[in-house]
Amino acid sequence: MQPLVQLDGVSKAFTLHLHEGVRLDVVSDVNFSAAPGECIVLGGPSGAGKSSLLKIVYGNYSCDAGHIWIRDGGEMIDVATAEPRRILAMRRHVMGYVSQFLRVIPRVGALEIVAAAGREGGLDSQVAQDRAEEYLSLLNVPERLWTLPPATFSGGEQQRVNIARGLIADRPVLLLDEPTASLDARNRAVVVDLVERKKKAGVAIIGIFHDEDVRDKVATHVVDVTHFAAKTA
Amino acid sequence: MSTHVSAAASPEAGYNFAYLDEQTKRMIRRAILKAIAIPGYQVPFASREMPMPYGWGTGGVQVTASILGRDDVLKVIDQGSDDTTNAVSIRKFFERTASVRTTTHTREATVIQTRHRIPEETLREGQVIVYQVPIPEPLRFLEPRETETRKLHALAEYGLMHVKLYEDIARHGHIATTYAYPVEVAGRYIMDPSPTPKFDNPKMHLMAALQLFGAGREKRIYAIPPYTEVRSLDFEDHPFRIQTFKDPCALCAATGVYLDEVIMDDRGGRMFVCSDSDFCEERRSAGHRGSMLADAPAALTGDSTHA
Amino acid sequence: MLNDLPDAPLLSVRDLTRYYGERIGCADVSFDLYEGEVLAVVGESGSGKSTLLSLLATELEASAGSIRYRMRDGIARDLATLTEAERRLLLRTDWGFVRQDSTQGLRMSVSAGGNIGERLMAVGARHYGNIRGTSLDWLGRVEIDRGRIDDIPKAFSGGMRQRLQIARNLVTHPRLVFMDEPTSGLDVSVQARLLDLIRGLVSELGLAVIIVTHDLSVARLLSHRIMVMKGGRVIEAGLTDRVLDDPHQPYTQLLVSSVLAA
Repeated sequence: MQPLVQLDGVSKAFTLHLHEGVRLDVVSDVNFSAAPGECIVLGGPSGAGKSSLLKIVYGNYSCDAGHIWIRDGGEMIDVATAEPRRILAMRRHVMGYVSQFLRVIPRVGALEIVAAAGREGGLDSQVAQDRAEEYLSLLNVPERLWTLPPATFSGGEQQRVNIARGLIADRPVLLLDEPTASLDARNRAVVVDLVERKKKAGVAIIGIFHDEDVRDKVATHVVDVTHFAAKTA
Repeated sequence: MSTHVSAAASPEAGYNFAYLDEQTKRMIRRAILKAIAIPGYQVPFASREMPMPYGWGTGGVQVTASILGRDDVLKVIDQGSDDTTNAVSIRKFFERTASVRTTTHTREATVIQTRHRIPEETLREGQVIVYQVPIPEPLRFLEPRETETRKLHALAEYGLMHVKLYEDIARHGHIATTYAYPVEVAGRYIMDPSPTPKFDNPKMHLMAALQLFGAGREKRIYAIPPYTEVRSLDFEDHPFRIQTFKDPCALCAATGVYLDEVIMDDRGGRMFVCSDSDFCEERRSAGHRGSMLADAPAALTGDSTHA
Repeated sequence: MLNDLPDAPLLSVRDLTRYYGERIGCADVSFDLYEGEVLAVVGESGSGKSTLLSLLATELEASAGSIRYRMRDGIARDLATLTEAERRLLLRTDWGFVRQDSTQGLRMSVSAGGNIGERLMAVGARHYGNIRGTSLDWLGRVEIDRGRIDDIPKAFSGGMRQRLQIARNLVTHPRLVFMDEPTSGLDVSVQARLLDLIRGLVSELGLAVIIVTHDLSVARLLSHRIMVMKGGRVIEAGLTDRVLDDPHQPYTQLLVSSVLAA
């Protein structure tokens, strides 16, 4: 099957100008792809550049060389060179990103945050509302909290709101950055189940999962990021 | 006022005719011609020092001085009255410096200089009414910068004028502006009709006489040529309306005219009488009698005469 | 998807330059802005961001370069060629300008309702009841108690004044709004509420916004794209989160590192 995401010779380094121009090489010559229904799990120790790589795919970090091709309708768009508005449009319709942290606007209730993410991702507002309720229930966020802003929630509750928010829309590409960290076994299982649903729906997933059991359950391929460690000359 | 038309004598020695030198008069006439050509537009002119303080009609006086001819008959009114200090002194000024005939009768006058009123009697072709104007800029209330107001006029950006009327309605429930009520002249310029009561605004519309406005301190002249459309600004749901008075004039029983309130004594006694003293007097000599004519003090009924 | 991106920019700026005598106000600024895009211009005082905003808003004449704007009829015009009447019509209908100093952006002695209604009256609205109805509606949308419609802005708090400025500007449904430090000088909680409101209205109305701010958290919250200015020039530009999370220029790294993590 044609890949939805294709990384092609991607390299990235940070230059820290405030620290005497120290250069931190992150990854070099990354090549892999993700097809519909595949879940590519990025492996390797912390510091190997897994998270940075996800951010590069999402357009959050720039890359110094190579291409990140992502299918947008009938076209393959290179995130490395696409204009900002194109990347923003792709984030609305093509690629979703779930981080470990919930970054939200204060004053907005949990259910509305999730439903709004659904609408922004192109869901009809009733569908978004229903699915927001469904996901929050599945993720065991108590109903009494739904109308409250998550700023006051516990870390685990916030993260589950974040997962619901990240998964609610039907985007063909999903980037998951340790969505199960600090979740208990019961909720980890829910996430695994949701990821399986996405795979069945033909979504291409690239993820970082620290729990081995989760990783083993969802991964179709594991890509060891240490293979892309920068070759210092 | 039994002697209505004083005899023309020769002008006081030492003055040019009508006080102003001929160069100045020509300059002002040019401004007037330009003002007539662009109805409602404020034409700057080099206003002269006059032998009277600003606020006493120096603008109107300069306009009058520039248009007076030896055959003209001049009437001067202040708040509708021919014999207030201001009116009397301006009339005397022109009697001395131009030796023109003066009158109190609207009908007989060829030039009428006025402060704050338009005579009740309909003006006719060939007459000129000269308004004394203190602040010619209708937009000044909301926009203090002259550079900006000139731009607003140039581009006909007049939304601001309606903001003022909006504020009136918001505060008072109706348009509470009763004097200097802004008008649109010939579908183009917004103009301040000088502090006449808005009661007089409809008289400006399609008036047969030429209307000239002079602001001495602000150095502006503007004009409304005869038979020009003059529309008072308003809102569709708050249309322009003039003041109405409950009772007719207490002296001459006239209705549909502008009345002044006169306090009779310190016990709250008062009466409403025509502000246009000449109009009132004529009606009384024609036999019209108001409800309080018998009780009115002599000063009001106009039995005094002036030289 | 291709088809949801408009292909013609709303605003197209090329090599925009302004000198103050010998000194550079801003130099060689080029960018395109599309409908619905929010562009933040950041930098410290003297970086040229305010000069740039004044040039864009046609308050200042450029020494060189061009600004083209796509008018409502779809035709892009060079703003330098507009007549004064066209320019001013644009300013009070299709554009808005929310200023840092509310006394510059509001008529302080005119009621809230009159402030909002002014642009409507400027384009010919002559029905008091309708103007007032629209003003009331906008007061609600910017979360000002409708009962304050006849109060003058002098009686309003700083946050309310800014919200009133927003209502006054948006009442004619402009497509492009300039904002100059709209939240600075406000209490943090008031600032947050104002930012929420701006964010909501911008996305609801699909506004294009150019916002000048020295506050990177404001830029992060409101903008899609960012331009970092220094010494009158744009030194770094791009997707807001990319510039803030992966800054390349030394100066941008310094700016970002100077902000306490939010």
